[in-house]
Amino acid sequence: MGEKRRFSNYILEIIGIIISIIILLPFVLVIFNSAKKSAEIVISPITPPEKWSQLFINMKNVINNANFNYWRAFFSSLFITGVSLALIALFASMAAWVLVRNKTKWSNVIFMLFVAAMVIPFQVVMLPLISTFRTISQFTGINMLSSYKGIIFAYLGFGGSLSIFILHGFIKGIPYELEEAAWIDGCSPEKTFFLVVFPLLKPIHMTILILNGIWIWNDYLLPSLMLGLNGKIRTLPVAVSSFVGSYVKQWDLILTAAFLAMIPIIILFIFAQKQIIEGMVEGSIK
Amino acid sequence: MSKKKVFSIAEIILGIIITVVTLYLNFMGSDHSMRGWFLIVGLALILLGLYMLPSERHNQIVNFLFLLPLVLTFLVTVLIPFALGVFYSFTDWTGVSYTEFIGFDNYIEMFRSQDYVYSFFITLIFTILNMIFVNIIAFLLALLATSKVKGRNFYRAAFFLPNLIGGIVLGYVWQFIFNKVLTEIGPGYMSMLTDPNLALLAILIVSAWQYAGYIMMIYVTGLQSVPRDILEASEVDGANKWTTLMKIKLPMIANTFTVCIFLTLVNSFKQFDLNLAITNGAPSRIVGGKPIMSTEFMALNIYKTAIAKNRYALGQTKAVVFFILLAIVSLTQVYISKKKEVEM
Repeated sequence: MGEKRRFSNYILEIIGIIISIIILLPFVLVIFNSAKKSAEIVISPITPPEKWSQLFINMKNVINNANFNYWRAFFSSLFITGVSLALIALFASMAAWVLVRNKTKWSNVIFMLFVAAMVIPFQVVMLPLISTFRTISQFTGINMLSSYKGIIFAYLGFGGSLSIFILHGFIKGIPYELEEAAWIDGCSPEKTFFLVVFPLLKPIHMTILILNGIWIWNDYLLPSLMLGLNGKIRTLPVAVSSFVGSYVKQWDLILTAAFLAMIPIIILFIFAQKQIIEGMVEGSIK
Repeated sequence: MSKKKVFSIAEIILGIIITVVTLYLNFMGSDHSMRGWFLIVGLALILLGLYMLPSERHNQIVNFLFLLPLVLTFLVTVLIPFALGVFYSFTDWTGVSYTEFIGFDNYIEMFRSQDYVYSFFITLIFTILNMIFVNIIAFLLALLATSKVKGRNFYRAAFFLPNLIGGIVLGYVWQFIFNKVLTEIGPGYMSMLTDPNLALLAILIVSAWQYAGYIMMIYVTGLQSVPRDILEASEVDGANKWTTLMKIKLPMIANTFTVCIFLTLVNSFKQFDLNLAITNGAPSRIVGGKPIMSTEFMALNIYKTAIAKNRYALGQTKAVVFFILLAIVSLTQVYISKKKEVEM
């Protein structure tokens, strides 16, 4: 029995290693070929590079390339994702709390609207969205299309539904007695929320930040439509796409750009593996 | 009246004045560069005044202020564009304006155009194949990742990783793999992306590669929720691994299967990023004497109709039908889950 179990474990281990290699191979190919000159890729795209130092030369070239502007794109992505996430976590918690604690017809209607809207695909709103934002910009003079405030505003709108839905479920489980005690002590509703309720939401905020964060960071369609492929502000996916468009088939540059675009998330994943996986899985089941 | 009350009422009145004046200027067609900021300041003053106002209805005011940010953004980015979008599909909208209401003309043109009908069927084929592939692979990976094998956590992380990188970046990487790496296998070996059927297979491969790790983790969560004492009891009764899997684990995670199947259905149907970055619809295929983009899924077809061909009303019409199809799938899921809950 023991012999047999050890043997089947060996086989499982070998299968696991083979599958891991297959799954990770594309990443390995990116790293290999980011460290080659264009001619070297054409000769042998599979072998490790001759000189790893070429990696840094390629990286330097791509980072400083005027068509890519890595650091600008990186910080634009970081700013848009960071501010959107902070505001979604704050505003969705506030809204969900009001919707849970006020059992009126109105709060029911608003909640049902948010839930129903989760079915709406981006494609059906994207064209009128752009024209609505353009109209608002022209009418009020607040630039909504190619500005940080505009795209963050849009992410609040799109991220709100799922976030409110998840928070609503969580807040329902918080015993009302906790808040009641604060009420009796004469706390105003906003104080009750920020001092008593908000700190309790920490675990579920993690889920919300991860779910929205991965999506916003990788989103291509919304920023490409709102900010434009060659606009003043570009997120990383948009910058990569526009870079590929201007250097067709120059695989050394394209793969280095892809490598640079992947690095931030891979580093984040190495440090927060468990939280990221748990957050994304939890969000999907709800 | 207390000082605070006077102050907050003054604030509200000042805010209303600024807002009304700015709106008046806007209606008069002013293009003063500061008018946007004035409007924001005016509205902010009203809200701040409302918040500070000592009132018996303070609770209701706070409720209103707490709901405002998300309800407003949701209204402007989702609900209003959605309603406008449905409306525009019945007009000759150009992306900026429309001149007349044309009834169902867009819908008729859409169903008559070959590229749309083709795109519909190729999306359907992709969605069903992708759902099957992803779920089978993900379930097998989940069995591996919950077995007693060494290094389980490493496998889970490795399988999950592709899901974190955006489809656009991964799409370009895989385009390189199909066009430059896999053609190295043998002399005269053509890239898969030049053949209509193989190009579809290529997108299926990348999609399964990217997505299976994510679905795997949902199956892992399901498998881990099977109570250990039941598994031990079956082992004591002499059930082998296969019987345990078929008779105990599978029936107990039936719900997880429903979740995963619908999740993959919806996400495959909405596939856009990989489609754009790997094939961008190419290569073309001759259907009924006309060349048609062979791997242009519905999301990409909508995008190209509107943006590349500048047919906004037609693109919007396709998007409305796209929404209806997705809504049917989602409602079916809700119906099935509700029915299961009743049975349990």
